[in-house]
Amino acid sequence: MSSQTISDIAQAEQGTSLWKDAWLRLRKNRLAVFGLVTLCLFIIIALLTPWIAPYSYQAQNLELGASPPSAAHWLGTDIFGRDMLTQIMYGGRISLAVGFVATSVALLIGVTWGAVAGYVGGRADAVMMRLVDILYALPFMIFIVLLSVVFGRNMLLLFLAIGAVEWLTMARIMRGQVQSLRQQEFVEAAISLGLSPGTLIRRHLVPNALGPIIVYTTLTIPNVMLLEAFLSFLGLGIQPPQTSWGLLISYGAETMEEYPWLLIFPGLALTLTLFSLNFLGDGLRDALDVRGSKD
Amino acid sequence: MFRFISMRLLQAIPVILVVITATFFLVRAAPGGPFDSEKPVTREVKAALEAQYKLDLPMFQQYTAYLGDLARGDLGPSFKYPGRSVNELIAAGFPVTAELGFYALLVALSIGGLAGIIAALRPNTAQDYIPMSAAMIGICMPSFLLGPLLVLVFGIYLDWLPVSGWGDIPGDKILPSITLGAGYAAYIARLGRAGMLEVLSQDYIRTARAKGLPEWQVVVKHSLRGGLIPVVAFLGPAFAGLLSGSFVVETIFQIPGLGRFYVQAAFNRDYTMILGTTVFLSVLIVLFNLLSDVLAAWMNPRLRAQFGDN
Repeated sequence: MSSQTISDIAQAEQGTSLWKDAWLRLRKNRLAVFGLVTLCLFIIIALLTPWIAPYSYQAQNLELGASPPSAAHWLGTDIFGRDMLTQIMYGGRISLAVGFVATSVALLIGVTWGAVAGYVGGRADAVMMRLVDILYALPFMIFIVLLSVVFGRNMLLLFLAIGAVEWLTMARIMRGQVQSLRQQEFVEAAISLGLSPGTLIRRHLVPNALGPIIVYTTLTIPNVMLLEAFLSFLGLGIQPPQTSWGLLISYGAETMEEYPWLLIFPGLALTLTLFSLNFLGDGLRDALDVRGSKD
Repeated sequence: MFRFISMRLLQAIPVILVVITATFFLVRAAPGGPFDSEKPVTREVKAALEAQYKLDLPMFQQYTAYLGDLARGDLGPSFKYPGRSVNELIAAGFPVTAELGFYALLVALSIGGLAGIIAALRPNTAQDYIPMSAAMIGICMPSFLLGPLLVLVFGIYLDWLPVSGWGDIPGDKILPSITLGAGYAAYIARLGRAGMLEVLSQDYIRTARAKGLPEWQVVVKHSLRGGLIPVVAFLGPAFAGLLSGSFVVETIFQIPGLGRFYVQAAFNRDYTMILGTTVFLSVLIVLFNLLSDVLAAWMNPRLRAQFGDN
């Protein structure tokens, strides 16, 4: 039997049972399942919004003005008579998109950076992680406000800036994983069996570090969505005519005395999404038995 | 301990330098000069203005001049408020922000710390689930939503508390402090619970119980110090979060603090004000991180031993 087949079999068996186990554990966690279902529902709605939204995004009804929830407008209308459900659906598209895209940016930079630092080790590792330490100490919220001033209020930039903020923890986690995996016997065995570094990383290091990466990714998305909402609330994020939950909350806060539903419904949408992501992340952490990824 | 502090202090210097340099060049790279958007001025006036603000010098000389001014504690003039310096604006706004942050931290530490300890004493019971669920809500409810909701309920419907201002009417500091502190209370509750659970499962706690100490002594004398180390280590990042959180809270409650100035400066593109405030806040945050690290290390006997206790 060649070394390749041995590692294949071991990998395949361990792989399926690990993920199956995790799935079984996750299914027992009611809050995590609630989070997963809610999240999937919201994503499906966001993807289908242009076809299923009850009204068109621009449709106004100035004679109607702000009206409380009714049969025609389930979540009421805003001061221009725009349907709130439609606004929230379109806002959710942007909020979720920012969350997922910026997290992907963070994931890509962080995992690459951490894996390289952890794998190469030595002086390169020291320099790379020192840089992470320095960036870590920077007050990034303030820098994002600064960036939004310097480069104008551009959505692509917002994605990049937020992604560039959130990769640091990912890099630290990935480096720690790779470092501890490198010292384990099965990796030593794989090296002594003559696996090339590329195969080693692909077959052994990345699959074994996947748990923490998935957990941390799930927990990064709500952070990113909060950042976007924070900036939009201040008027430095998403700009009209586009909208996001943060922007809707900021409009709602201005008129909440007369029209509280304009604050409550977008607030509920954002809070429910953040809830779901956090519960799912916590559930995944328990299911995949990841410790020390956060907190 | 001295070695640890001086080491961390040395590490803080490059961070501060990076902040100053990055901010300076970012602001200079911004499109349009500071006097472009104003009403048209003659070329001579503009040149005089630029000379006055040293904008006619080459970039690197501007940078070194700025560093020199900073070393003397001079953050420069404000472009938007003629005759006022950034120092004056910070001096006017920062005490308010600091007070708000202090009260918020008080809210966070007292409520969060207590909830975390209570939850850790009886894990996986109602005594654990209720405060931890509340903490989850606190984490998922951003301050810019919590603030307006609190105003709506306590300020408008119940009419118990004033809805804006700072120090004008009695009680107007309550809602902003709770709004800013609530999220951190939630984090601290989770961190405190995890830390206490870790400590309570240690052998020396079992020893303390075995020798017959009453439970409150086990908790207060033996567990608290170790269990709350993660909370203290979190205070540094929390401080940074409180400062940026004050941007929103001061906007919601119309508090004349530094956070509101900063957001206004961002809107007005008052570049020197942004530059000065960023440098000021960043240095403050770096120093606070340092302080919370040192405090956490001092509370941790293992770390203290590692660096030689003196």
